[in-house]
Amino acid sequence: MDPMEAIKQTYFQECEELLLAMEEGLLAMDAGEADDETINAVFRAVHSIKGGGGAFGFEALVAFAHIFETVLDHVRSGKLAPTGPVVNVLLRAGDLISDHVAAVREGRVLQAEHEQNLKAELEALTGEESASDEDSAPADFEGLDFTPMQICVDLDEPKAAGGWVVRFKPHAALYAKANEPFLLLRELAQLGETVVETDLSALPALDVIEPDQAYFAWTITLHGDIAKEKVEEVFDFVVGDCDLSVEPLSSPTPAVVEPIAADVAEVPSIATQPANAEKKEGPATSDAAKQTIRVDLDKVDRLVNLVGELVITQAMLSQRVLECKIPNASSIGDGLSELEHLLRELQESVMAIRTQPVKSVFQRMPRLVRELAAQTNKKVRLVVEGEATEVDKTVIERLGEPLTHMIRNAVDHGLETPEDRIAAGKPEEGTVTLSAEHRGGRIFIEVSDDGRGINRPRVREKAVERGLISAAAPMSDEEIDNLIFMPGFSTASQVSNISGRGVGMDVVRRNIVDLGGRISIGSVPKQGSKFSLTLPLTLAVLDGMIVGVGDQTFVLPLAHIVESLKPQKQDIQPFGRNGALLNVRGAYVPLVDTAELLGVQRRKSNETGVVILVESQGTGRLALVVDEILGQHQVVIKSFEGNYRHIDGIAAATILGDGRVALILDVDGLVTNCRNRLASNETLATGT
Amino acid sequence: MDDKQIVHAESRRQFITFRSSEQEFGADIMSIREIRGWTPTTQLPHSADYVLGVINLRGVVLPVIDLNARLGRARTEANPKHVIVVVKAADRTIGLLVDAVSDILTVTTADIQPTPELARDDQSEFIEGIAVLDSRMVTILSMERLTASLVAAQNALAA
Repeated sequence: MDPMEAIKQTYFQECEELLLAMEEGLLAMDAGEADDETINAVFRAVHSIKGGGGAFGFEALVAFAHIFETVLDHVRSGKLAPTGPVVNVLLRAGDLISDHVAAVREGRVLQAEHEQNLKAELEALTGEESASDEDSAPADFEGLDFTPMQICVDLDEPKAAGGWVVRFKPHAALYAKANEPFLLLRELAQLGETVVETDLSALPALDVIEPDQAYFAWTITLHGDIAKEKVEEVFDFVVGDCDLSVEPLSSPTPAVVEPIAADVAEVPSIATQPANAEKKEGPATSDAAKQTIRVDLDKVDRLVNLVGELVITQAMLSQRVLECKIPNASSIGDGLSELEHLLRELQESVMAIRTQPVKSVFQRMPRLVRELAAQTNKKVRLVVEGEATEVDKTVIERLGEPLTHMIRNAVDHGLETPEDRIAAGKPEEGTVTLSAEHRGGRIFIEVSDDGRGINRPRVREKAVERGLISAAAPMSDEEIDNLIFMPGFSTASQVSNISGRGVGMDVVRRNIVDLGGRISIGSVPKQGSKFSLTLPLTLAVLDGMIVGVGDQTFVLPLAHIVESLKPQKQDIQPFGRNGALLNVRGAYVPLVDTAELLGVQRRKSNETGVVILVESQGTGRLALVVDEILGQHQVVIKSFEGNYRHIDGIAAATILGDGRVALILDVDGLVTNCRNRLASNETLATGT
Repeated sequence: MDDKQIVHAESRRQFITFRSSEQEFGADIMSIREIRGWTPTTQLPHSADYVLGVINLRGVVLPVIDLNARLGRARTEANPKHVIVVVKAADRTIGLLVDAVSDILTVTTADIQPTPELARDDQSEFIEGIAVLDSRMVTILSMERLTASLVAAQNALAA
């Protein structure tokens, strides 16, 4: 990669983090929980985005960030109180700056109609104070043009008639931040006539010089009638990274008084500073003090894989030891159980490396809700719970889309308009709750609203209208609720640009099932609906039902399994040429012999086997006959396509506790397979 | 002298030789990862008869093929005396089921003869040539073509 491009990528990565920090801070301000540090953090984030953007010449971004930053500076300095309306503007500005970053990332310039309005609103917030001054000064910071700053010159400030003696000793940090003393000295020279003496006393012998250390110090005698503030301004950017003293040029009497006065003046400021700093660090430490490193994901995956193998090897070793009839209490037994314990801990820690709090997805939702609320003219409050819940990075990456859909759905379909809500005796503002928690080795996410609930008669009517169900079919409330997951179903009578574009809850369900999860819905009329989804904590493992077919063992993904049952002879009806249908409480489902489908020898007949009812996306249910169910486990997914090729009906492989390989069945593939086979049978039949 | 040595080094190749139903085969030593005892395989559905299935090689799911069957002869009835040669070639790792591994052989390229024209059959695509040493004859197999053919043949079968 081109080095500039690499730096840009780093910048964008930083931007992501900064935007998250900004959003978090703004939300805290919105909730009225902001302290000085939060506001500072928001300011710093915007400032850093602007700074980096400037370096790459993203002008539109920088221009907007600048205005935004100015307002934040006012909030930070207390000139502007972060009241509701102000925060509202800030939140929208935050959204826009995210858009700007996204735009430049894709190499375009954002063209937002509302940008001008928002800019005007932002400027109006600072307008009364000093719009023109503030606008120009920071923008020209590269030129170090200080003229507009003259406004706040304090009249009490000592003005030494003769000039100043400036003692300036940079620290290494000053150089590390790419500051150049020469430029500062030149800046000083512009204020008046200077005599510069370099103090080389700290300079060690050549062979012990550390190239990244600072050794020089300068004493600058500045002649002329200059305000002390002006002199100090030159060092504004480096003041924390150097020893600096500015004293009046020696007229003996004040020289004695002045240093004391200066000292006295210094003391309180020194005393307050650490106190301030401490106060600032306090709340920040919990979040910011965590040190992190960026690691290539492949490296982590390799580690995860290796640990997985260790666990299997350990299980096999234990099995062998057991077979050797060595008593558990022996030293070998003790060692093994110790090893098992350690390995489990190791596995958990390694898995934890890949996990992230769901916060990174949840954080995008407040913005979505804000926009939706504005578009639908509804009042919505989003309550987020359990955002610290951790889950695998791959799951998080794929969680965004379904969650967005569900929240859209909740705001657009679930919540009523403010008038309707008041009429129904509810608070004007609707609440959408998004929560996450760990439950039984899975993550459990819930999106609920306190809206009108699912209109069951309407849903039913619609489903009949679309030919999805027959008008006469008896259905439980739960079954009706589940109709909204059917492909092509949408109850919005008018198609809005928020939801109802044909992609609906069926897409959400597919996304969730693809992740190995399940989604369910609960609804109480007039009180709201609730979507619950459970997902595995990682995509590297899968909850599977281990089944025996012939002498082979297969794994069926639990996410696809509806139920398992022992068929009665009278429930199996021959159908078509060789096929059969199974009567499952009145519904006839195609019965498929798994062994035949996979070319394995069967041990048992259809009547004596076990039937597992599976559900595939879009193609409905299928009853798979297997010989026996061996158990239910979490298995590690291993692809073999790298060494072999794809096999229809097989998703991947896994390694069982005894070290043997078992194949994971791909239910969607099996169904397609089955259908193709039927189709080819038909053509054969018609052909002959 | 220097030049001669380079030519000399280049013209020498090392092969691992193994037996499969009374024939001796050689495979370039660089493509051999390891040699391990036979373990029962998990069968793969819808695969050719020479694909025995997959085994667990320290966490990697390794497809194993029966070399004898691949070369168009009878299927091997595998027992624990058989050996799996783990081959890495053409970016894939596969296992070859053979009767036994016999030797490491160093031959000069001059000792490798092309396959006799009249002895060619449809499996000859895997054969690089024949190495003749005193009274022995070793059939040199191309591991690249063998592993690559696994995918191609399967695709053809599926189509």
